[in-house]
Amino acid sequence: MALALILSPLLFAAIAALIPSNGARPILLPIAAAFHLAMTILVVARPDLASWPVLDFGPESWLGIDAPGKLVLFVVSVLFFFCSIYSVGYLRYRKERSNRVFVSCLLVFLSVIGLVAFSRHLGLMWVAIEATTLSTAPLVYFNHSRKSIEATWKYLLVGSVGIALALFGTFFLAYSAEPAGLKPSMMMGDLLGMASSLSKPWLRAAFILLLVGYGTKMGLAPMHTWKPDAYGEAPGLVGAVFAGGVTSVAFLAFLRVYRVCVAAGEGQYVSRVLLAMGLFSMAVAGLFMVGQRDFKRSLAYSSVEHMGILIVGLGIGGPGLYGTMLHIATNGLTKGVLFLSAGNIHRAYASKSTDDVRGAMRRLPLSGALFLAGFLAITGSPPFGPFVSEFSILAGAFDSRLFFVGALFLLFLFVVFLGMGKTVLKVILGRPPAEAMVADGAEAQSAPYRDGLLTVAPVFALMALVLLLGICVPAPLDSLVREAASSLEAGL
Amino acid sequence: MMPDLIDALLVVVLVLNLFALGNSRIQSVIRIVATQGALLGAITLLMHERLTLPVVLAAVAAVVIKGALIPAIMIRSLRAAEIKREVEPFIGFLPSIVLGAVVTAVCLLLAPALSGSGSGPSLVIPASIATVLVGFILLISRYKAISQVLGYLVLENGIYIFSMLLIEAIPLVVEMGMLLDLFVAIFVISIITNHINQAFSSMDTRRLASLKE
Repeated sequence: MALALILSPLLFAAIAALIPSNGARPILLPIAAAFHLAMTILVVARPDLASWPVLDFGPESWLGIDAPGKLVLFVVSVLFFFCSIYSVGYLRYRKERSNRVFVSCLLVFLSVIGLVAFSRHLGLMWVAIEATTLSTAPLVYFNHSRKSIEATWKYLLVGSVGIALALFGTFFLAYSAEPAGLKPSMMMGDLLGMASSLSKPWLRAAFILLLVGYGTKMGLAPMHTWKPDAYGEAPGLVGAVFAGGVTSVAFLAFLRVYRVCVAAGEGQYVSRVLLAMGLFSMAVAGLFMVGQRDFKRSLAYSSVEHMGILIVGLGIGGPGLYGTMLHIATNGLTKGVLFLSAGNIHRAYASKSTDDVRGAMRRLPLSGALFLAGFLAITGSPPFGPFVSEFSILAGAFDSRLFFVGALFLLFLFVVFLGMGKTVLKVILGRPPAEAMVADGAEAQSAPYRDGLLTVAPVFALMALVLLLGICVPAPLDSLVREAASSLEAGL
Repeated sequence: MMPDLIDALLVVVLVLNLFALGNSRIQSVIRIVATQGALLGAITLLMHERLTLPVVLAAVAAVVIKGALIPAIMIRSLRAAEIKREVEPFIGFLPSIVLGAVVTAVCLLLAPALSGSGSGPSLVIPASIATVLVGFILLISRYKAISQVLGYLVLENGIYIFSMLLIEAIPLVVEMGMLLDLFVAIFVISIITNHINQAFSSMDTRRLASLKE
């Protein structure tokens, strides 16, 4: 099952590369995604099926899924499923450009996500994370404009250097067993088992390198510089896959490192570093959102902010962990709503600056409303999902007597609400300009955009899920989240 | 295992770092970095007590990819770009050599504190950290896209040195995966640098400045 989960998208990617028709190729995406989602649900619901039928996943096996892995895999698979339906509608508007590389890379990405979730070997996990960077770079480059080249270059260089540091950190982590005379290992099981005897200085150095490395991939400040450029220049669909998928997977990788460090008794040190880093990301995101005129860049900074929230939640530990794990789901799905609806608005106006884009509510009533609802949800307004998870993290901060952290957390949420609100309201309200300005040569050739079933229904479904999560967390997801949180708490 | 020979070869690796910092022709820097990578692939053979097939395979793959394939791709994209073949540093050559030398010296001075159990070669950890730092200096002090990629490669080489301490913990599949990732990364980056050159008529990353706040 696990192997099918990892390998089947690769097979679809190969088929996609071979299909000559530009019109038929995107249909593969929802097929592969539906297949992936079905298998993911099976693996999550019945863990005993994961090893069926070929491999026996003993404790020594490299492949095996842990509780946070299940949660992230499930969330990303759901998000990817809705994005894949949207992509069929989206790519109809982009007939002028070959989507061969685009579709294949999306499917390769889906495959590597499974590999990260199933990696018990930190080296293998690193290989998979680096593969996510490489498979998503061509997605950023889809528009082939000068700006998208610049964004892709920054993403590749910053991402590769960051990931290289994560590899250095992984080596440090394995080497930290050496001073105590133990056999170095990169297996999660071995590392957790000998955690208490790992060398402290090496472990701390490893932790910092891994935080910087995987933090670059998550887009934590100050390593977030690639993010606004990549999210701004890539199609909205790719933004959704990045903000909900790539970042969540990088966070998953970091969670495993966190578990080893906590098991080694470094909880206090780790928590201090994480709180500082997380709050800094929230602050930087807030600062850059105020006065932001490009609404897609504004969404990118929102992603920086929410990665900060995840890291703060992890830093709070204990009572904050449930909210943190839930926030992976609520943030991922809400980012899907925001980027997909923002993509529709961008398409209709051929601009992403609030100088040109006004009155989206009148021109695109559905996408406009979804964009507004997504904004309210992501800034933590009730009754949406992120409110529940952010509130739970905040309550965790006060439970742990971290009053100062709680106060700053609230302050930054407020700044972000104001900053992002101004940009979003400019887009939504007002009277639409008479004729859409054609800003970019590449976009001039394509047909004018109108809201259609394929580009609105998946966004609407995601929004419904976000609302559902705010009203009540369904029992199976709740147990998944609880299981993930308690696995982090125990450090086992 | 031959600790003294390995230490001697690592000194050569460190000297190559300084050459890479001081050379003004991009093509020569590509060759220097390739030599360094191939040398490192060969050193892994010396680290083992016994030579098994996987060990030899991994070393051969490293030598071929780092020493031949990657430089071939880079020299091709350099020719295609027909750019001025000079490096154009942001920090001058002499200051960057001095900086690299200082970094290397500090790492070597700290060597006794860094190295663990005594028997093996003593230079692995300091050489690794020094090479990573030199990679960073190259990365941040150069303007041309292709020179920055060379900095990334030196950084990768530094990390590769460290992996020699963990031979038992890194299985062949993972090591091959790492090399494959590096190769694909350079491949994709070269395509992008060519597109940068076509779109901007230059590989100067200072021109990539339209995306900012």
